[in-house]
Amino acid sequence: MTFLPALFRPSPSIRGPQLVSRTSTIVFCLIVLAVVIAVPICHSLPTEHPLYLGTFSVTLIGKFLTYAILALSVDLVWGYLGILSLGHAAFFGLGGYAMGMYLMRQIGDRGVYGNPELPDFMVFLNWDSLPWYWWGFDAFPFALAMVMVIPGLLAFVFGWFAFRSRVNGVYLSIITQAMTYALLLAFYRNEMGFGGNNGLTDFKDIIGFSLRSDSVRVGLFVASGMTLLACYLICASLLSSRLGRLVVAIRDSEDRTRFLGYPVDRAKLAVFTLSGMIAGLAGALYVPQVGIINPGEFAPLNSIEAVVWVAIGGRGTLYGAVVGALGVNAAKTWFTGAYPEAWLFVLGALFVVVTLLLPKGIAGLFSKRHEELAPKADHAESPTSLAQANPS
Amino acid sequence: MPLRLRRIFSSMLCLLCLWCPSLVLAQDSVATGDPELDPVFSAYVDGERNEALNRLAGLPRDDKRELLTGILEGELMLWKAESRVVRVKKDGRNYVIYDLATSEELDTVKKRRLSRLKLDNRVRSYLRDLIASLGLQSEVASERLLAVRALLSKPDSIERERIEQLIEAEADTQVLNALRAVRARQMIASNDPIEQRAGIDALAEDLSPDARRAIGEVANAPEDSEIAPDTREAAQLAMVIQQKAVDRFRMFETVFFGLSLGSVLVLAAIGLAITFGVMGVINMAHGELIMLGAYCAYGMQLLMPDSLALALLLSIPVAFIFTGAVGVLIERTVIRFLYGRPLETLLATFGISLMLQQLVRTTVSAQNVPVANPDFMSGTISFNPVFSLTLNRLYILAFCLLVFFLLLLLLKRSRFGLEMRAVSQNRAMARAMGVRSARVDAFTFGLGAGIAGIAGVALSQLTNVGPNLGQAYIVDSFMVVVFGGVGNLWGTLIGGMTLGVANKLLEPWAGAILAKVLVLVFLILFIQRRPRGLFPQRGRAAETH
Repeated sequence: MTFLPALFRPSPSIRGPQLVSRTSTIVFCLIVLAVVIAVPICHSLPTEHPLYLGTFSVTLIGKFLTYAILALSVDLVWGYLGILSLGHAAFFGLGGYAMGMYLMRQIGDRGVYGNPELPDFMVFLNWDSLPWYWWGFDAFPFALAMVMVIPGLLAFVFGWFAFRSRVNGVYLSIITQAMTYALLLAFYRNEMGFGGNNGLTDFKDIIGFSLRSDSVRVGLFVASGMTLLACYLICASLLSSRLGRLVVAIRDSEDRTRFLGYPVDRAKLAVFTLSGMIAGLAGALYVPQVGIINPGEFAPLNSIEAVVWVAIGGRGTLYGAVVGALGVNAAKTWFTGAYPEAWLFVLGALFVVVTLLLPKGIAGLFSKRHEELAPKADHAESPTSLAQANPS
Repeated sequence: MPLRLRRIFSSMLCLLCLWCPSLVLAQDSVATGDPELDPVFSAYVDGERNEALNRLAGLPRDDKRELLTGILEGELMLWKAESRVVRVKKDGRNYVIYDLATSEELDTVKKRRLSRLKLDNRVRSYLRDLIASLGLQSEVASERLLAVRALLSKPDSIERERIEQLIEAEADTQVLNALRAVRARQMIASNDPIEQRAGIDALAEDLSPDARRAIGEVANAPEDSEIAPDTREAAQLAMVIQQKAVDRFRMFETVFFGLSLGSVLVLAAIGLAITFGVMGVINMAHGELIMLGAYCAYGMQLLMPDSLALALLLSIPVAFIFTGAVGVLIERTVIRFLYGRPLETLLATFGISLMLQQLVRTTVSAQNVPVANPDFMSGTISFNPVFSLTLNRLYILAFCLLVFFLLLLLLKRSRFGLEMRAVSQNRAMARAMGVRSARVDAFTFGLGAGIAGIAGVALSQLTNVGPNLGQAYIVDSFMVVVFGGVGNLWGTLIGGMTLGVANKLLEPWAGAILAKVLVLVFLILFIQRRPRGLFPQRGRAAETH
């Protein structure tokens, strides 16, 4: 895999239209950079200025950006690899927990019980020493590595089992959902050592700086924006490489690709693991901005919501996923403030309308360019073949 | 100043005596309206309570047990104005008073016009013994049985000879067995080794906690006690046998709980087995259809608050028709555009599920609603002291099997079932044969939805009914269908029951949540090994996938 060089200079062996067009990548990068620069400037304006953005808004946009990263990871496996994962909340949540553990260790002796060795909830449960899996989380580099390693490891192990035994389609979706549901239940247990029902919260510092200060908030926003950019570039370069071609071939006809001799399982595993790591990174950026991580993040509903962002934005286009995540969440924030009763109606209706009328999402509305390579609405399963597969 | 105070006090006392002569009189004698009872209650009020109770128990009257129970329960009170002992019944804030002997209504008075007959714990236990021994002489076998059962926990309270006499005279087998059990308990407590041995043998079959404790006391008696070694051995052996029996019955109970959980899973999943298994539609709104069914049960109970049982029975067809109609509506408006695109039906139906949830929240309430259990649903069948089955779970298990077999019959033996299978196997060919496939699709989806509604009615008897009811079951239901093998109803039944029993077997040593996690992990691994479930589709149809 060659990443960045391949981005602007597709490898000569690849002919025909690109999966991710150069123009859209450049436009996307410029927009994100503009936002990353503009928001801190708006924040530093005097409060009465019409373009002033409060710390709350900055954090809110930062949160949306982490959702956009999650959407990117979902789109990578769903839009390009053809695996509908209903378990990406698991990777997001694990990344969040890894970051939360680091932030818990940063509290030190400033907790309610003032114990320098143990987080409050462990003191409360009468634990006398730190469990082994908490070791090392005092160090930021270690935590940062774990943020990607743990979700990546789960994705790897899960994918290795699933792809090797050719679980796919609906079955794969359902067992990914079972995976995140199992994690949800497991993390509710106090014995797990992750704060049970309440999760991890009451964070104070990150790498020595107070999480309450405005500059750290802006810093986290900038970090989210830059991470989104980096993840986008990684995905784009992956898709522009030969592996990208293979990935789309697998999506469109897995068996044929396999018979042609390509290492289908390895390609799927690599992309799925990468996607899990990106989702973990999103979770890690999410936690310091919202200030809490609890088992609720593993809820199957969250995974499905992420899938919906991608569906609405347009799967099979990277910028579509980002647009979907930002758009749906902005709408959610506005609706839950203005008409809290109506939000679920709107979201539900959006699901139905998008699947019925806009199978390619918002991106499909104004992009005719990638028609050849965009996912077919019903990949690999024509009505007859499905019906034949499921007789009573 | 102190002088004045004293004067005021004494004048108040005089007034009190003048105004309430009856209060003072009550100390001496009370009336009851029945000359036979007058001296008894006078003695009781005077403080000679045990003696009075003995006299009452000795009177040749039929209602003496009732009277004794009345004293114990506080139903007999002293009507201060008349200085008369009466039977009272609470009516709102007032008390209606009746004559003791004739039960004729006398008056309705405020509470302060009455005073309780005094009771202390010693008198209470004496009363209970008296009532119990009166029960032993009762003409009615069921009353005798109750009285003997009361003796089981305190066998010392009756003499040995009396028990032997009762055993001689008893004709009813149930009472006789209970009496023998009491005797065995007395024997085991005696000092005579032969007696003890006989008692142990008699109790070895008995699994009640008292019997096991009695044997355990002998088996674990300290070394220096007077118990003969072979008696001790016999007791230890009996204990082992008992423990085995208890373990066996506990196992039965666990399996029953597992089957009961399994039946709930099967009920929830069976509608999905149709929409998902037969039609290939991933209906994420299935949980919400279950929820709507549960709300149908709630609605019927609101309509008919006086006959809860009938309301529940009627809510089964109502829920079937209502949720079935909702299902047909969903199919006609959304699903029919999405056939052959299972992952897209997942998204669309998920949107529908969100809307249905919010609809219930706005129209009914965001809180849980109460659904009552009618009388016939509550209660237990007790086989022995360690093994009993709760009726509501038993009914739901039976109901689940009934629904399952009716559905199987419908699919395999009816015209509609035939058309349904034809359309799902080869739509084009079925259409060519004159099957109206669009109508069959709508009814098939409606059938799956209607069964979800029925499941909701059953679930309303077990769990809280609220807008989130469906979400709790949707993941489990999909697991059951996939585990059993998609498109196979028998697989759903066996899969659901297996998962239920596995869950309950794991629970004792893993805890409820961890058991669930373990089952989920097992399922994930199982699907890796056998991606098509327990009973995969065979033949050409399966290979095309």
